[in-house]
Amino acid sequence: MTDTLTPVLTANWADDRAWTLAAYENQGGYQALRQALQMTPDELVTLVKDSGLRGRGGAGFPTGMKWSFIPKDNPNPTYLVVNADESEPGTCKDIPLMMASPHTLVEGVIIASRAIEARQAFIYVRGEVLHVVRRLRAAVREAYEAGHVGTDIHGSGMDLDIVVHAGAGAYICGEETALLDSLEGRRGQPRLRPPFPAVAGLYASPTVINNVESIASVPAIVRGGVSWFGSMGTEKSKGHTIYSLSGHVKRPGQYEAPLGITLRELLDLSGGMREGAELKFWTPGGSSTPILTAEHLDVPLDYEGVSAAGSMLGTKALQIFDQTTSVVRCVLRWTEFYKHESCGKCTPCREGTWWMVQILRRLDRGEGQPGDIETLLDLCDNILGRSFCALGDGATSPITSAIRYFREEFEAGMTTPSSELFPPSRSTLFATTVLAGEGATS
Amino acid sequence: MTTNDPAQSPLPDSVDGMVTQTPTDPADTPIGPTTLAELKELAGRYPQARSALLPMLHLVQSVQGRVTTEGIETCARILDLTEAEVSAVATFYTMYKRRPMGTHHVGVCTNTLCAVMGGDEIFERLCGHLDVGNDETTADGAITLERVECNAACDFAPVVMVNWEFFDQQTPESAIDLVERLRAGERVASPRGAQITSWREAERVLAGFEDGRVDEGPAAGEASLAGLRIAQERGWQAPSLEEDSGTGRGGETKQEAAAEADTQRAESETVAEQSPADVEGGADDD
Repeated sequence: MTDTLTPVLTANWADDRAWTLAAYENQGGYQALRQALQMTPDELVTLVKDSGLRGRGGAGFPTGMKWSFIPKDNPNPTYLVVNADESEPGTCKDIPLMMASPHTLVEGVIIASRAIEARQAFIYVRGEVLHVVRRLRAAVREAYEAGHVGTDIHGSGMDLDIVVHAGAGAYICGEETALLDSLEGRRGQPRLRPPFPAVAGLYASPTVINNVESIASVPAIVRGGVSWFGSMGTEKSKGHTIYSLSGHVKRPGQYEAPLGITLRELLDLSGGMREGAELKFWTPGGSSTPILTAEHLDVPLDYEGVSAAGSMLGTKALQIFDQTTSVVRCVLRWTEFYKHESCGKCTPCREGTWWMVQILRRLDRGEGQPGDIETLLDLCDNILGRSFCALGDGATSPITSAIRYFREEFEAGMTTPSSELFPPSRSTLFATTVLAGEGATS
Repeated sequence: MTTNDPAQSPLPDSVDGMVTQTPTDPADTPIGPTTLAELKELAGRYPQARSALLPMLHLVQSVQGRVTTEGIETCARILDLTEAEVSAVATFYTMYKRRPMGTHHVGVCTNTLCAVMGGDEIFERLCGHLDVGNDETTADGAITLERVECNAACDFAPVVMVNWEFFDQQTPESAIDLVERLRAGERVASPRGAQITSWREAERVLAGFEDGRVDEGPAAGEASLAGLRIAQERGWQAPSLEEDSGTGRGGETKQEAAAEADTQRAESETVAEQSPADVEGGADDD
């Protein structure tokens, strides 16, 4: 039985100057690299495969298996690309990781590059996080200076270059093939698959794209081993992971725990809901994962548990909303986001998100028309599974799930503005009281 | 992305959105030999030069305060692309600005979580205080105000960004105070970042040039440490990494490790079979 919280990735975040090479090496950093340099690429792939590590960026695909898809006979160079474009609404784990301990990611990049025999790696970080870009660039520079990156790394014969690449503001670039187009200097629009990136990715060459947290988990797996990693988590969702709590809780923040912890446990740890508040709805893994309610407090937050509850673990971004919050207002805002970020390549997503916003706006104003709810569901039906990439699918999640659990609020949108039913000032961080609307500041 | 938006594409807007049709302002700082050399240096950092286009456009903004016609032409020339190809990229990403920017960029997160936590109210109050709308610059040229999407700091909501540095747990009053200090040219530092310089200087760092401010600010804000603090208080920790030291494979015994490995492989394959092909593509975000 492991402890309730198991800091591994977050363990050094409170250390003095944790972002520096010296601080990182003081607490065991780059030991895993030395071990990995004694191992063959195949051994590393097998290790990560056997560990059961699954992608932490949303899809949960087994990381080691992704690595094993790289063909051995392709004449082109192999590339590793780290997806550090953390933009899924609610998701806020990779940014603090790279801010506090960029070397954890850099060490993971070197080990992963050895595993897939890549001599060039890229860290594609979203542009809107200046200090994180600084910390990443400095960490890569320090790693070069220490001989952890560059040519003939520690006499192993391994060569590796790492480039930190800042994006320019586009949620869609978190979709891995759009990210590749963006990294090639193009508009970030998703590509048709197959061919998969493992065969024809960056520069039409074999490419592995992994999330920050996935890659950052690798050094500890190398040091701890398969059974160490598997001693945390559940049968099919192994290991430790970062849960991000935000919204109407007393102590929002990052909580690293074995996979399978429940929201009830996390809420207990975080001091519960804010004063006077009751849980109304929450996202288990960002806005693209269907919302859940208080009846799901005991759902194990692992890939299988959340899926069985009708949602997805996603990025483990737990956005918590209390009874002061209008579901219609939230769903409208999320839908406006998807409309804004739709890349325009495919019709269902480009047109569908636009129409959904029109309908949700009038429901939010209390000017909904008979049949609006049915039209929304019909639109979702025409987007889900019919758009080019997962952005379109994700755009339908908040709508269909919110109508499932809170249909009456959408019906109220035929007559009453959401701001009358749920005055926005009561939901804010700076509202003085939650239950007594009169006492709230505005 | 503001392109491909049927709601916002009447003719004047789309013409305005075409960078190549925006005349270069004679007041623009020209792209001199130093910048030219730096643009070429960026192109040399990649196996294929075109990969440098995003960083190069960041650098153009840092020099000229926006993506200018001259910037487009210069990037196109260096990368052997057409101006249309560069324009297509410059108009796709929200961080590239076609109109002259203020000294500071102030972004208020109004995505759902931050909006509910107070971001909407902060944005409205700032609009009124600064007498600007979304994506507009104050008359004194100090501040460009913009609604921004989720900036990955939801545990610090509501969040305001200044030149892409975090200002956490804001209120309308603290945000007004912040912009007033910026306008007055006072020294302002991000609680989780560095001293605020200017939007142009930030763009230079994003392009790929370090500014020596990496060691400013803490490793993490308090919310980032919430779980770690509790674990420290209660003596909770992950199982020790050192117990199975040496092999890098863990496992109490070799046989046990092998048995577990076999099981795991079988499970992984099951997972792969059950997943639709494109699940591989990091569905939602990353």
